Amino acid sequence: MNLLETFRLAFSNIKASKVRTFLTMLGIIIGVTAVIVIEGLGNGMEIYMRDQFAVLGTNTISVNLIGRGTTRKATVDDMYEIAWGSQYLQNVSPTVNMSGGIKVGSERHRSTSVQGVSEDYMYMKSLGITLGRGLRYMDIEDRKTVCIVGAYVNKTYYNGGAVGDTVKIGTTNFKIVGVAEQQDDDEDLAAGGNDDFVYVPYSTAARLSHVGTISSYTFTMIDENSSDQAVDDIKAGLYKIYRDDNAYLVISMVQLLDIMTTMLNVMIKVLAIIAGISLVVGGVGIMNIMLVSVTERTKEIGIRKALGAKESIILKQFVIEAAITSALGGVVGIIMGFLGCRLATALVGQLTEVDMSVIPSWISVLRAFGISAGIGVLFGYLPAKKAADLNPIDALRYE
Amino acid sequence: MAALIEFRDVCKYYEMGDTVVKAVDHVSMQINRNEFVAIVGQSGSGKSTCMNIIGCLDVPTAGEYLLDGREVSGMKRDELAAVRNELLGFIFQQYNLLPKLTLQENVEVPLMYAGVKGKARHDRAMEVLRSVGLEDYIKHRPNELSGGQQQRVSIARALVNHPKVILADEPTGALDSRTGREVLGILQQLHKEGNTVVLITHDNSIAVQAERIIRLEDGHVVFDGRADDPDAMKTGDQLRAEGKLKAGASEPQKEPEEAAAEAEKEPEKGKEAMQ
Repeated sequence: MNLLETFRLAFSNIKASKVRTFLTMLGIIIGVTAVIVIEGLGNGMEIYMRDQFAVLGTNTISVNLIGRGTTRKATVDDMYEIAWGSQYLQNVSPTVNMSGGIKVGSERHRSTSVQGVSEDYMYMKSLGITLGRGLRYMDIEDRKTVCIVGAYVNKTYYNGGAVGDTVKIGTTNFKIVGVAEQQDDDEDLAAGGNDDFVYVPYSTAARLSHVGTISSYTFTMIDENSSDQAVDDIKAGLYKIYRDDNAYLVISMVQLLDIMTTMLNVMIKVLAIIAGISLVVGGVGIMNIMLVSVTERTKEIGIRKALGAKESIILKQFVIEAAITSALGGVVGIIMGFLGCRLATALVGQLTEVDMSVIPSWISVLRAFGISAGIGVLFGYLPAKKAADLNPIDALRYE
Repeated sequence: MAALIEFRDVCKYYEMGDTVVKAVDHVSMQINRNEFVAIVGQSGSGKSTCMNIIGCLDVPTAGEYLLDGREVSGMKRDELAAVRNELLGFIFQQYNLLPKLTLQENVEVPLMYAGVKGKARHDRAMEVLRSVGLEDYIKHRPNELSGGQQQRVSIARALVNHPKVILADEPTGALDSRTGREVLGILQQLHKEGNTVVLITHDNSIAVQAERIIRLEDGHVVFDGRADDPDAMKTGDQLRAEGKLKAGASEPQKEPEEAAAEAEKEPEKGKEAMQ
């Protein structure tokens, strides 16, 4: 009796009791579905995060000066010196955040971010100008009240004719001199996202917000892969000024992304393990049903043994039956998992307006299938052994 | 030529708490090829134990059992399974067909375990089903058939592997007298065709259909001879009164001490058999 026949036999036994088989598989189905959807969510979150960081620029390092209990504070010139003195750093721009959003005409738009930056900032972000001009050195030097607006601001609040118009930030009117190119993929710019901003000269922003010393800077690196050296150069430069490494905070976006990815992965793993517990529960369910099945089929086992079935054949028959039941559950679970991922993508889109796709990974699918088949073999062995050990005389007499 | 079935002082003891039940006690017999033998006895006579040992479903506690020249008593369970598959064809009182399989699949089961594949298996199954007149029902399941038809399927299944011995355990027990006669007719026909048939029954009227009768009482052979011998239908007490009881079976029971000592001799074998 070869393996193919054993499989055929197992299939016909499974077919003979469909409802029971389905109920037996349920634990495995739920477990596999859960694992796939959770890993898909993790996958989607990671991709979404990477996309977001890519817009922010993964080659940037942000520096915050806290400057507690120090005699001297780092100036904008100090920062430029650090940037130009390092072979790993490309450029630097102060970043001054202004709260309160903007006012166009009499309408206030609080969601728009207003940032004071240098004339190089857009170049550092590889962000082009589609209309008008960018910020210039003289704008910074003279603390001019001019600004660049994002594509969303231009389209939504000015119908595309922002250049030459004015926008009110705080109590000051700014002249719009340029429009930045669109960053988000969103064709019709329905949501603001990364295109809902206004850039003003940092010197103007600092004056209007009454900031004496600018404490936030963005550096760009020449090469993303040397972010550690770049961070070290910035820290070394700042240490010379402050003599205290608690006075500043240097975070590279690459590091931040790594930290967040690691955290996310840990979270997803924990969730997946919790979901995996239901796979074990499903395995116990299979064992339970197989034990019932062995008792029910005692007579059949006796007859088969009388007709010459060896113990190994009976053992194989029951183990394979359990493994097939479990693996079938795994396959159904994988299909459900894929559907679940689609559903989750739609749900996330609906609930949070975040365009994130939940993508099942093939490795997790293969693993889910392997684990479910393995569980079948593992938990099917005990009932199968019981069947194989039955004494043919007793089994034949069993009613 | 050596006998096909040979019992040499075969014993089968069961331990029931403190007492030892001697189901079969020092039975010796020989059954040759192409014999039609009925093993007769009331319940408790040891005939079922005898049938289990002949059928390699069980091994004796003591003594030797040779089947077709092979020593079976010391075999492992998987070896016994192989011997059952190769040398024996079983016909049971309750037919013991597998309810979920079709007739053809039922008949193919022994061939499957023998490693016969594909067309050869299919053809052989068809051949035996035709020989019992059920070729039109091959796709039916056992519960769609009458008792007599089911017993014919089980006969077909017993024959499918060309066994050396056909072992029929009360084959007419579940049938009415007319279909019972039919089944006995098939067994007689098989015997005429050169098969060795061993019939186990409690019913004298069925036993006389065989050529030879072996009568068991309390685990002993009390008669072994031709079915038309006038002594064949007599009980052990009657034979003892007539002084015709064979030696070995004539002593009613051994002394208790002696029996206990004998049971102790083979404690391991006894335990193994109990499992």
